[in-house]
Amino acid sequence: MTETAVHDGYDDFLDAVEAGEPYYLEGPDGNGWLPPRAVNPETGDDDLEPQPLPETGTIETTTTTHVGTPSFADDTPYVVAVVAFGPVRVTGQVRDRDPGAVDHGMTVSLAVDRTETTGERILVFEPV
Amino acid sequence: MTEPVYIAGVGMTPFDRHQTVTSRELFGQAAREAFADADLPPDVVEEVFVGNFMGEVGENQGHMGPMLAKAAGVTAPATRVESACASSGVAVRHGVNRIRHGADAVLVGGTERMTHLSTPDATAGLAGAADALWEVNAGLTFPGAYALMANAYFDAYGGDREDLAHIAVKNHEHALPNDLAQFQQGIDVTDVLEAPTVSEPFGLYDCSPISDGGSAALLVSESFIEEHGLDPTVAITGTGQGTDHLSLAERASLTETPAARRAAEAAYDDAGIGPDAIDVAEVHDCFTIAEALALEALGLYEPGEALGAARQGETHRSGRLPTNLSGGLKAKGHPVGATGGAQISELTKLLRGDHVNSDAIPDATTGVTHNAGGTVASAVVHVLEVVT
Repeated sequence: MTETAVHDGYDDFLDAVEAGEPYYLEGPDGNGWLPPRAVNPETGDDDLEPQPLPETGTIETTTTTHVGTPSFADDTPYVVAVVAFGPVRVTGQVRDRDPGAVDHGMTVSLAVDRTETTGERILVFEPV
Repeated sequence: MTEPVYIAGVGMTPFDRHQTVTSRELFGQAAREAFADADLPPDVVEEVFVGNFMGEVGENQGHMGPMLAKAAGVTAPATRVESACASSGVAVRHGVNRIRHGADAVLVGGTERMTHLSTPDATAGLAGAADALWEVNAGLTFPGAYALMANAYFDAYGGDREDLAHIAVKNHEHALPNDLAQFQQGIDVTDVLEAPTVSEPFGLYDCSPISDGGSAALLVSESFIEEHGLDPTVAITGTGQGTDHLSLAERASLTETPAARRAAEAAYDDAGIGPDAIDVAEVHDCFTIAEALALEALGLYEPGEALGAARQGETHRSGRLPTNLSGGLKAKGHPVGATGGAQISELTKLLRGDHVNSDAIPDATTGVTHNAGGTVASAVVHVLEVVT
């Protein structure tokens, strides 16, 4: 893997978020999944269809991380959250809010930002 | 119920900082102890399964199966098993299944060398157990992932950092007399609460340490013990394994570990017992919350009820369900690829009566090990019983 490696599905998703058209893959049971997915991970069926991701989501859980990996050494402390956008949960970092003021149940939107340490793209949540 | 798989011998290195000792030598030392414990030579072994998680990161070493077999003095088919922190638990399971399918003697165990890495590099290596695209790219660390589960658990059931602290205090107390444990030092709740923060709500004492170590067990069949006139005290009577989404966000629940529940149900069914038969447990407390999640997945507590077990003394050596009498990962140490094998080694000694903490469970006949990989995307459970 090189620094310029592109991950089909993942990078496509970040591109879509930046373009304002994020999506997820939905199965007939109503469950949703992030790409890349050729099959429904619960059933093995290839019956997933792209659907637009809801514009806002709800924070389900968070943690403020003080000891990061080398790739995030200059970003600490930072808040990681799991956010439910309809049937899909997304893991990202909460921006534009003091760590102590991030509450579970808070409504956020999804965006792409850059990390302090490496300048790599990262999924972030912005309170709305 | 299927035929028991007998544990002829066990061994493990002290879990500690062995910065200059290679993983091959750590496993070799553990294996030699297992052969000595069994009073059997290496040439009885018909197959080898050894767990290791981060050889490529820690030692620039892949292809470890044959290397580790030769470090044990064994020339038999050898396979490295990688399943993150559950690597050697899964290796044990492969050994059990191999015995059940006709082998007579299988060497299992694990090894990991970590303390020569810097803390950030070790943290990055451990993060390899998470989803590289959807979690690691977001800055999620291994402590961070369990911290997300802890905070979700607090939301769902209540509880606080002090409940977690009692788990750490209890396991440090259990490790005090255990010379194989990395931390033979007592701590109190204040020590835990005032330790530097790692990932909220976890401070340093909520986290298992970075460790080096090896573990091994020699598993043998019924016909083997008859042929060699052996009389082993303990056997593995049940095995189970579970799988879940690698990414925590894709799980059905943020507060439960269904892979471990499925593994436990399979292991109990295999052994023909229920959770009410369990006298003692060695569970995967890589972080304090993990012990509570494990006890619930094992059916020993209802969801939301295990967090207070340590605080109430129930899982203490004097309680009704002594848990992690070895000190657990928290105080015994957590060389990740060796941990599952060490649980087998320690529980075997506890049940045989030759562990330093065996006096806490003089009448115990049945125990369970719970070994988890990542945030329990992998889980393996074994039931051990006294058979003589």
